[in-house]
Amino acid sequence: MTLELSIQYLMAGITYGSIYAIVAIGFNIIYNTTGIINFAQGEFVMFGGMIAITLLNFMPLPLAIFLAVAITMLIGALIEICFIRWLKSPSVMRMVTITIGISILCREVAIHIWGESIRSLPYFFGNAISSVPVLGARISPQVLWVVGASALMMVCLGIFFKTTAVGREMRACASNRKAAVLCGINTQNMVTLSFVLSAGMGALAGCVMSPITYSQYDMGTGLAIKGFTVAILGGLGSSGGAVAAGLLLGIIEAFSVSVVPLAFQDAISIAILLAILFVRPQGLFGSKEATGLKEF
Amino acid sequence: MKKLVSKFLMAVVAVTFIVVPAAAWAENIKVGAILAVTGGASFLGGPEARTLEMMVEEVNSRGGINGNMIELIIKDSAGSPEKAISFAKQLIEEENVLAIIGPSTSGETLKIKTICEEAKTPLLSCAAAEVIVNPVAAYVFKTPQNDSFAAQKIFMEMNKMGISKIAVLAGNTGFGKAGKEQLLKIAPEFNIEVVEAEVYDSKSNDLSAVVAKIKANKDVQAVVNWSIVPAQAIVAKNMRQAGWDVPLFQSHGFGNIKYVEAAGPAAEGIIFPAGRLLIADTLADDHPQKSLLLEYKKNYEDKYAEPVSTFGGHAYDAFSILMAAVAEAGNDRDKVRAAIEGLQNFAGTGGIFNFSAEDHNGLDIDAFQMMIVKDAKFVSYTGK
Repeated sequence: MTLELSIQYLMAGITYGSIYAIVAIGFNIIYNTTGIINFAQGEFVMFGGMIAITLLNFMPLPLAIFLAVAITMLIGALIEICFIRWLKSPSVMRMVTITIGISILCREVAIHIWGESIRSLPYFFGNAISSVPVLGARISPQVLWVVGASALMMVCLGIFFKTTAVGREMRACASNRKAAVLCGINTQNMVTLSFVLSAGMGALAGCVMSPITYSQYDMGTGLAIKGFTVAILGGLGSSGGAVAAGLLLGIIEAFSVSVVPLAFQDAISIAILLAILFVRPQGLFGSKEATGLKEF
Repeated sequence: MKKLVSKFLMAVVAVTFIVVPAAAWAENIKVGAILAVTGGASFLGGPEARTLEMMVEEVNSRGGINGNMIELIIKDSAGSPEKAISFAKQLIEEENVLAIIGPSTSGETLKIKTICEEAKTPLLSCAAAEVIVNPVAAYVFKTPQNDSFAAQKIFMEMNKMGISKIAVLAGNTGFGKAGKEQLLKIAPEFNIEVVEAEVYDSKSNDLSAVVAKIKANKDVQAVVNWSIVPAQAIVAKNMRQAGWDVPLFQSHGFGNIKYVEAAGPAAEGIIFPAGRLLIADTLADDHPQKSLLLEYKKNYEDKYAEPVSTFGGHAYDAFSILMAAVAEAGNDRDKVRAAIEGLQNFAGTGGIFNFSAEDHNGLDIDAFQMMIVKDAKFVSYTGK
C-alpha cells in the first residue's frame, strides 16, 4: 500500500469517525443526566440538515444553519417536556421504548414535510469537485469543516462542563441525582437542557455533513446505530472516549476496504464492538467501578 | 319517541345496506397498486404513486373507460416483501381488484409473482429484474427495460470509445447485485475485462476509501457504478474530489435530474442508458414516443412541481397498458390478461411495447438511449 493511499484511507476514516463521534457525544450528554439512551439522537442530525436546507431558500447559509440549530434545540426541548419530564422514575425498558417511538414519529413527520427525496446543503467552500491536497492525498474542503466543527464542539462542551455553573450542575445530576436535588439543583431542568444541548450538537453535525453525505428523512437510524456503537465502545458517558472510539472505528472501517469487500464494513464494526465488549464490558475508556454503579 | 328513533335508525341501516352495494355495482373498475411510497425505495414508489393518482383522475374526468370509473387503491409497502405479500392477498381476496400495478422493487415482485399467478390476477410490475418475466408467468408483466439491455448498451458504448479495462462498483441492494452479475457475465462478449469489482453498503455516506482503492489500480480506464440513491451521486463526487477523471458510467437508475442536482458539478460527463422520457424535447417530431412523453412530462411537472423521472414512467406505462387492455376486454381478469399479451406497437414512456406469449416485457434494446450529463442537463450521447 502506497503512502498516498494510506493517507487517503486515513482521511476518509477521520471523516466517518468525526461524524460517529458527534452522534455518540449526543448520546452521552443525555445518558449522563438521565441514565437513558435517546435513540432519537440520529433524528436530531436529520432535522438539523433538513431545516437548514429549507431555510436556505430564504436566507444566507450561516443564518440558515444558526436558525436550524436553534429550531432543532427547541424540538429537543419539546420532546423532553412532552414525553420524558412527566415520567416518575421510569424503567430503562420503558425509556428505550419511548425514545424509539419518538424516533419513528420524527421520521414520519419528516417524510410528510420534506418527502422522500434526498437533499443537501451546498458546499461551504468550493463545490462538489473541489479538493485540497493533504500530504499527497486529496480531500474535499468540506471534510475539514466536519472535522473542525466536531473538534470545536468537543472543546466548547468540555469548557462548558468544567467551568460554568450550569455545566457543573449538569455534572452533579449525572453523578448523583438525589444529592443534586438536595443541593437545590432543579434536575428536571437539567434534563431538558441535556436534550437541548444534544439536539443542538446533532443539528450542527447534520448541517456540516449534509454536503458530503446528503440529508434524507430516514438517515437518522443508521447514524444512531453507529453512534451508539461508538458510545458503548468508548465507554458510555465518556466524551473523550467517544471521540477516540469514533476515530478508531472510522479509521478501521476505511482501512478494512483494502482487505475485505466494502459491503462488510458494518459487519466489521459490529464484530469489533462485540469483541471489545467481551474483553472490556465497560468499553475502551470507561471505568469498571463506574459501570458497576450504573443501571444500564 | 324512542321507538321513532330506533325505527329511523333501522331505516338508515337498511338503506345503507341496500344503497351502498348498488352504487358499487355501477361498474367501478378496481385497480390495486402496491408501491414503496415510503422507505428506502421511495425514490421509485413516490413518483409511481403520484403518476397513478394523476392518471386515474384524468381517466375518470374523461368519463372513465367505456363509461366505467376507475377506482385506484394504493398500498404503501415501504419496500418490504412481507408487506407486499399481505397487501397482494388483501387486494385480490378482499378488494377483488381487476389487476395489480407494482410493486416498485424486484424483490417484492418476485415474492408475489406466484400469488398473482395462482389467483389469476394480472400483475404489472414496475421493477426491472428479468426473472420477473423469465420464466414467463401467464399473469405477470413488467414495464421497465431489462437490466441486461442496459449493460449491453454501456459495453457497446465502451467498445466505441476504445475502453477495455473497467472497474465495477455496485450497491448491496437487489438492483446493485443483479446489475453487477449482468456486467460480469456479459463483459467478455464485448472483450471488456473487469479488473476491479466492489460492492458497498447502499446506505454508505462516503465512498472516498473505495474510490481510493480502485484509483490505485492504474489499469482502470472507466468506472461503471450500479446503485440507487444517494450512493450514485456520492461515487461521482468522491471520484472527482480525488482528482480522477476517467469516464463514469451509471446504470439506468440514474434517470432523475435530482441526482444530477445532488452531485452538482461532479455529475458532468456521467454517461448512462435510459428511456427517452428524459430527453423528450430533443426527439425528432415524428418519433412515436414524442407526443406522449411531452404530455406526461408537462402534466406531471405542472401538477407536482417536481421533475419527472423514468420511474414514474414505469407506472405510467403499466397503467396505460392496463387501460388499453380494459378498453378492449372490459372488467374481466382473464380477458384483460389476454388483451395485454396481444398489445403491439404500443408506445409508452419506456419504449415501444410488443407483447407476446413468450415476452411479457415487450421492449428491446432500442428502448434505451445513451445519455450524458452536460451543463446539469441530460442530453443524448452521440460519442465524442
